[in-house]
Amino acid sequence: MAREFKLPDLGEGLTEAEIVRVLVAEGDEIKEDQAVLLVETEKAQVELPSPFGGRVATVHVQAGQRVKVGAVLLSFADAGGAVRSVTPPSGAPARPAAPPPGAPASAAAPPTGLPSAATPATRRLARELGVDLARVPGTGPGGRISDEDVRAAAGARGAAPAAAKPGAPAPPSSSVASTPAPAGPVEAARPLAVPIALPPLPRFEQWGPVEREPLRGIRRRSAEHLSLAWAVIPHVTQHDLADVTELETMRRRHQKRGGEGSAELTLTVFLLKAAAIALRAHPRFNASLDHATGELVLKRYYNIGVAVDTDQGLVVPVVRGVEGKGIRDLAAELAQLVTRTREGKATLEDLRGGTFTVTNTGALGGTGATPIINHPEVAILGVGRARQTPVVRDGQIVPRLVLPLSLAFDHRVIDGMEAARFSTELVGLLEAPERLFLEG
Amino acid sequence: MGELPREADVVVLGGGPGGYAAAFRAADLGLDTVLVEARGALGGECLHVGCIPSKALLGIAGLIHDAAGATDAGVTFGPARVDAAKLRAWTQRSIDRLAQGLAALAKARGVDVVVGHGRFEGDGSVRVAREDAPPATLRFKHAIVATGSRPATLPGLEPGSRVWDSTAALTLPATPARLLVVGGGYIGLELGSVYAALGSEVTVVELLDGILPGVDRDLVAPLARRLGKRFKQILLGTKLTAMREAGSALAVELVGEGAPAHVEVDQLLLAVGRRPLTDDLGLEHTRAARDTRGFIVVDAQRRTADPRIFAIGDAAGEPMLAHKAMAEGLVAAETIAGHPAAFEPLAIPAVVFTDPEIAWCGLTEAEARTRGVEARAVKVPWTASGRAVAMGRPDGLTKLVFEAASGRLLGVGLVGPHAGDLLAEGALAVEMGAVAEDLAGTIHTHPTLSETLGEAAELFLGHPIHLPPPRG
Repeated sequence: MAREFKLPDLGEGLTEAEIVRVLVAEGDEIKEDQAVLLVETEKAQVELPSPFGGRVATVHVQAGQRVKVGAVLLSFADAGGAVRSVTPPSGAPARPAAPPPGAPASAAAPPTGLPSAATPATRRLARELGVDLARVPGTGPGGRISDEDVRAAAGARGAAPAAAKPGAPAPPSSSVASTPAPAGPVEAARPLAVPIALPPLPRFEQWGPVEREPLRGIRRRSAEHLSLAWAVIPHVTQHDLADVTELETMRRRHQKRGGEGSAELTLTVFLLKAAAIALRAHPRFNASLDHATGELVLKRYYNIGVAVDTDQGLVVPVVRGVEGKGIRDLAAELAQLVTRTREGKATLEDLRGGTFTVTNTGALGGTGATPIINHPEVAILGVGRARQTPVVRDGQIVPRLVLPLSLAFDHRVIDGMEAARFSTELVGLLEAPERLFLEG
Repeated sequence: MGELPREADVVVLGGGPGGYAAAFRAADLGLDTVLVEARGALGGECLHVGCIPSKALLGIAGLIHDAAGATDAGVTFGPARVDAAKLRAWTQRSIDRLAQGLAALAKARGVDVVVGHGRFEGDGSVRVAREDAPPATLRFKHAIVATGSRPATLPGLEPGSRVWDSTAALTLPATPARLLVVGGGYIGLELGSVYAALGSEVTVVELLDGILPGVDRDLVAPLARRLGKRFKQILLGTKLTAMREAGSALAVELVGEGAPAHVEVDQLLLAVGRRPLTDDLGLEHTRAARDTRGFIVVDAQRRTADPRIFAIGDAAGEPMLAHKAMAEGLVAAETIAGHPAAFEPLAIPAVVFTDPEIAWCGLTEAEARTRGVEARAVKVPWTASGRAVAMGRPDGLTKLVFEAASGRLLGVGLVGPHAGDLLAEGALAVEMGAVAEDLAGTIHTHPTLSETLGEAAELFLGHPIHLPPPRG
C-alpha cells in the first residue's frame, strides 16, 4: 500500500491550513523530515516536514488551496513501486494540443469545469481585491463577471451591507483584504474578520492618483488580529519610568563574561524575567477572559511573547516557562527563537501559548508608544529607548539611564490601581536587578 | 564586471522572447536587471533559428506556390529560380535588423546584457562562463530562468551533414533532391513545405497515425489533402528503424503499415519536437524542481519551489511557444515587482504556418467534454466566404466551440490562408468571455475572411446568412 501524508493536527483549535507552496514534485525522492509543503494557518507560515522518506507518487494539493486537518497531502510510492510512467521516447513531435487554460506545467489531474468568464482586466481587479472569481456570481451575458460583480463580492466580505450594493461608485472598504501575494501563490478570498461594520471609503482617486497595496500573509493576519483586539478590549495604558543604570552596568559586565559563543544578554532578556516575576505576583495580568462562560482564566504558567519585526511583518514568538529559567538560558533561547522567526522558520509551537507580551521598540527611538494587547491576553508591556536623563537624586541632579515603560491592560479584567502596582513592581525589579536572580 | 560580484534585483537567464520580455518589464518596473544570453545577440532560438527565419522562408515558398497557382486564373510565370545564398542573406538581414532593435531596446532601459552561459551557484548567485573574458558572478534577489529549448534528437540519428535538425535546415545548406522529414509535427511540416517549394521531393515519416498529433482533425484534413499533393508521400504509423550511407545517398529502413521497407533519400531532416534546456543550469544548487521531462515546475506566478527563482517559457512547460513565454515573462517580472500578477490565460493561440495555415486557441469540443462541460461546435466551410472563393481558396474552415447553455465562446479553430492572423479575434473573444451574441453582433468587414467568425456565431444562434438555415 502506498503511504499517505495527511495534514497533521495543528492544535490550538486550528482545523485548516492554506497551502502556500508545494516544495516537492511528483517523482521526487525525499528524505524523512524534509520540508515538503509550506502552509499558512491563522497563526503563521510553517514548513511541514514529511514523516517518512520515499518517492512522492502524487501531490494532492496545490498552492492556494485550503485543506482540513486529516486531508491527504502527498502519497508515497512503495519502495521500488512504479510512480508514474515515463514519457516514452517517440518519433512523434512534441506538438501539444491547446493546453488547458491556466494549468500549471506539471498539473497532475486534468482540470474540470470552466474557468470563470471575466475579461483579463476584471481578473486583474479580482486579484488586486483578493476576490476568488470562482465564488463570484456573474451578472453579465453567459454569466460573465463584471468589475461591479467583483467589487460587490469584495464588499460583501466584512463591509457594511450597504457598501456591497452592486454598482456602488466607491470601492468598498474591505479592499484591505488579502490579495494573491506578490511573493506567493493565489490566496483564496476570505473576509477580513473585523468585528464591526465599516462604512464605505470615498473614491480616493477623485483627488489624485493612488496606489493599492495588498495586505497579505502575516500583515493581513496582524491587521485582523489587531482590529479584533482594539475593537474588543477596552485599552488603558499606564506609563512609568525605570532607572536602569545599574541593570545596564550589570548587563554589560556579564555580557563580557559570557565568553565566545554565548548569547547576547539583551535588555529584553531581563524584561522577560522581570515580567515573569511581576506576573506571578499579579495573576490577573496572566489571564484571559472567557466570553462564553464569563470567567477569568488564570494561567499558572508564564509564557511570554516577544514582538519581532520581520520582513513579512510583526510576529510574536513565545518563550515558554520563563519563571523557571535562568537569565543565560533565556538569552540563548530568545536568540534562537528570534533568529528562527526572522528566517521564517518559526514553528507553530513557537508562536502559540503566550500569556503576556513584551514589545521593545527602543531600537527605533521615541519616548514611548501605547501597545495593543495581543488578544486573548490581557496586558502587554511596551518598552521605549533607554536614555541618559538628568534625574534628581538626594537633592542632586545626576545623569541616569532611564527606560520608559508603557503597560497596556484590559480594563475589563484589571483596574487602574492594580496596573499601577504591577507597573511599580516592574520598575522596582528593573531598578534592583539582583532581585531578578533572587526572586526569579 | 571582473572579480567583484555584480549585485542585481533580477537576473534573467536567457535572452529569447520570454527572457527579454521579462527583463524589459522588470527594468520598466524599476528593478535593476541583468540579462544573461549565451548567443551574443538577443532574440533566442525564435528570432535566430526558429519562428522568424522559418516565416521568411515560408513567405517565399508561398510566393512560389501562388505564382504557380495563378496559371488557373490565366496568369503564367516562368519557373522559379532560387539563389540559395541570396535567400539566406535576405533572411539574415531580417534577423539582424530585429536583433539590433532588441539590443537598442535593452540599452534604452538600462538592462545589462552579459554574454555567456549562466549557472546557479548555491548562494543566490549565478556564475557566467564567458568566452573571451573571465567568468562573471551575478548576485541576485530574484532570478528568472528563460533558457528555452533545443531540437530533440533520436538515438542513432545525431545531427550532422546528412541529418539536419531544424536549426541546420533553416540555413539552407543545400536543396536535396530527395528529403526525408522525420516527424509530422508543425516543424517538420513547415520546413518540409519550404524544401518542397524550393524543389525537393519531400517524404514525411510520422510515428502516430496522423500529422499534427493532438490537433483537431477537422482542421488537419484540408492541410493533409494539400500536402498530399505537395509532398511525395506522408507515411503515417511509420517508424524509422535504420539509416546508412549508400554512396551519395542514404538508405533508410522503415517499419509501418503501407510504408515501403526501404527508401532512398539524399538528406534527413529530424523534426521530433523540442526538449527544455534545463540540465546545465546548476539547478541542483537551488530548490527548483524539474518534472520527468525536464520542465521546471512552477506555480501560477511562474515561481519555482525556490522562492527566489522563477521559470518561464519552454523551460517551464508546454506549450513551447514564444508568445506564451513572453506572457509568462511579464507575469514573473510583475510578481517580483510586487504586483498581483498570475499566468491564467483562457486561450493560448497556436498556429501552424503551413499552407493552409492551421490556428486554434482555447478548448476543443473534446477537451470541453473531458472537463464535464457541455459544448457545441459549429463549422463554417469557407465555401460560404466570398473572399475565400475569390482567392481561389474555398478549402478553409472556421470552427467555433461554445458552451451549449450559455453561448460562451470556449475555443476557436481555423484552417485556411491567413488563419494565423484571423485567430486574433477569436483569442480576444475567448479571453473576454464573449458569448455568441457578442460575435454575431460585431460587424465584420466584407469581403474578408473574418466574416466566417461572425457567420459561425450566427450559425450557433440558428440564423446564418450564407449557409442554408439549420433544420429542426
